[in-house]
Amino acid sequence: MTDHRADQGTGPDSGLPAMRKSLLGQLELDMRLMGMVGAFIAIALAFNFFTEGRFITPRNTFNLTVQTVSVAIMATGMVFVIVTRHIDLSVGAVLAIASAMGAMMQARWLPQVIGLDYGNPMIAPLAILTCLTVGTLIGAFNGWLIGYQGIPAFIVTLGGLLIWRYVGWYVTDGQTIAPLDKTYLVLGGAEGTLGVTLSWIVGALAVAASVYALYNARKAKKSHGFPTKPLWAEFTVGGLIVAVIIGYVATLNAYDIPTGKLRRMFEARGEVLPDGYTEAYGLPVSVIVLIVVAIAMTMLAKKTRLGKYIFATGGNPDAAELSGINTKLLTVKIFALMGFLCGLSAVIASARLASHANDIGTLDELRVIAAAVIGGTALSGGIGTIHGAILGALIMQSLQSGMAMVGVDAPLQNIVVGSVLVFAVWIDIQYRKKLGIKV
Amino acid sequence: MSSNPNTGTPLVELKDISIAFGGVKAVDHVTIDLYPGEVVGLLGHNGAGKSTLIKCLSGAYQKDAGEIFINGEKAEIRNTRDARRYNVETIYQTLALADNLDAASNLFLGRELVTPLGFVDEPAMEAETRKIMGRLNPNFQKFKVPVSALSGGQRQSVAIARAVYFNAKILIMDEPTAALGPHETQMVAELIEELKAQGLGIFLIEHDIHNVMRLCDRAMVMKNGQKVGTVNVGEVTDEDILGMIIMGKKPPQAY
Repeated sequence: MTDHRADQGTGPDSGLPAMRKSLLGQLELDMRLMGMVGAFIAIALAFNFFTEGRFITPRNTFNLTVQTVSVAIMATGMVFVIVTRHIDLSVGAVLAIASAMGAMMQARWLPQVIGLDYGNPMIAPLAILTCLTVGTLIGAFNGWLIGYQGIPAFIVTLGGLLIWRYVGWYVTDGQTIAPLDKTYLVLGGAEGTLGVTLSWIVGALAVAASVYALYNARKAKKSHGFPTKPLWAEFTVGGLIVAVIIGYVATLNAYDIPTGKLRRMFEARGEVLPDGYTEAYGLPVSVIVLIVVAIAMTMLAKKTRLGKYIFATGGNPDAAELSGINTKLLTVKIFALMGFLCGLSAVIASARLASHANDIGTLDELRVIAAAVIGGTALSGGIGTIHGAILGALIMQSLQSGMAMVGVDAPLQNIVVGSVLVFAVWIDIQYRKKLGIKV
Repeated sequence: MSSNPNTGTPLVELKDISIAFGGVKAVDHVTIDLYPGEVVGLLGHNGAGKSTLIKCLSGAYQKDAGEIFINGEKAEIRNTRDARRYNVETIYQTLALADNLDAASNLFLGRELVTPLGFVDEPAMEAETRKIMGRLNPNFQKFKVPVSALSGGQRQSVAIARAVYFNAKILIMDEPTAALGPHETQMVAELIEELKAQGLGIFLIEHDIHNVMRLCDRAMVMKNGQKVGTVNVGEVTDEDILGMIIMGKKPPQAY
């Protein structure tokens, strides 16, 4: 019992332990996360240099985040799958079948079979519901095969990788389905943005929510007499979060809609574009969707029993079982959630591309797994974070678009992305070894 | 020939329990009881069937035949959740801890405290964990780290805290000191004495004959799935018990 002196402090000013911590340590930041943020900033600065300032621009920030959304949403679900020591190789294929069904619903079945007119306000919700339902059902079925029938997840989803995309092919006869419903396209990206004022309002709400969350966490610690970090550290962390939110909103609010497009928008409303009139995009709806997913998934991971059980099962499946957790049903829930998120990504991906083609989401399973793993999810189970996976997806997408902007050949792009994946995991293993965390 | 010194209604009665795995009779018509405030040792070689027998009580296995009575009433235990409802708590040999989670999350695993909105109440769980650990192992301070970073004794105290916190009436301990140093073993021994004094009944699976002589009131020996006999530990020598374990030889004091 040599540890009885450690961690005895009850407040910021209580002697030894607090003094021993460095200033950086007092911020209680997740150093791994900081490393990833650092890597992301380095990548962005490097590409900005090589593209002569075209990488860090409002326009590219907009495109980059919009392109990241679909993979990032699925990566949050993949965290839970990998944390419980499973894998899902079928996410790209499930996205394809969900997208196929959603596209057929809005472009063929609802208008031609049911008889809803094109542009009917019910079309978009029904199409979205179709995507989500198809994804969830396939996910739940996978989970049942894995949990209750004992087939390894690798096999079930490897089969799914081959099956679902081509079921989608039969649903659409291999055709590209377009045009998609106007309302549906709002979820894609450039067709659905909030504009300057609304973006600032959302940004302000996000700032208020972040500050409130920090304040609440501190209050909860205080009320139980747990150690809290010094006030200046709270303000530094809070300040950083606020700066990132405001910076992002300001950047997207500086991205003006091209004049040609504005003119068409005015014409569609039967008006004429006034001279010198400009309007900015602001926050895309799809990014808002990602933020909502991220918050919901983080809450699920940290604040609910389901989340606790997911991480406990990943850490020690036997212990979870002996603690009375129904790990079979848990597997079904996790894969159903993964499927639901594939359905949501299907909506966003097909809306962004304004059509459904059979190759939609090809190789997404690799991007999604890579994002989760770069984001710190350990394949040995029990470890992973939602924000890490989203940052992982952003890093992957930055590398890909950055290299495309610089003009790197497509084959070399793949070589680089593959190497980065292996390198990131190697760094992670070294980091955990140094901290003495078992991997 | 001696007999069971206890009278009244036993806390637990395992009657004529049998369980087989693919034709192998792991437990073959074994009967044992447990009274409040006593420690009953379950002894035998590896594979004698002690752990298997006890898993029928903890809900990890389902018996093929036999009956379980708790406080004189027939109990149906189909899974670990059922067992917990009867206040049966188990400390497994493997400790059954999720290494990646902290002490509080492990202590409340499967029985988390929730806020009125249904969210897990982490601060409340940590506060409760601090309270119970303060009682069991006042030196314990590592509340914020995953239990993989704890020593064997610290891990053991988390596993014990989990059993004790939820008002266990019947405690099953599967080799609780196997992985511990002398100091930590002493700590567990003191804890067993304290729990006994509180009126808990404890089934103790133990290989170390010294611990058996020191901690147990009675001992039941199994061999090849069958019961060799039960003895009052105070009436026999460790030689007698070793004879039962190794040779299956029943001393005259056994019943």
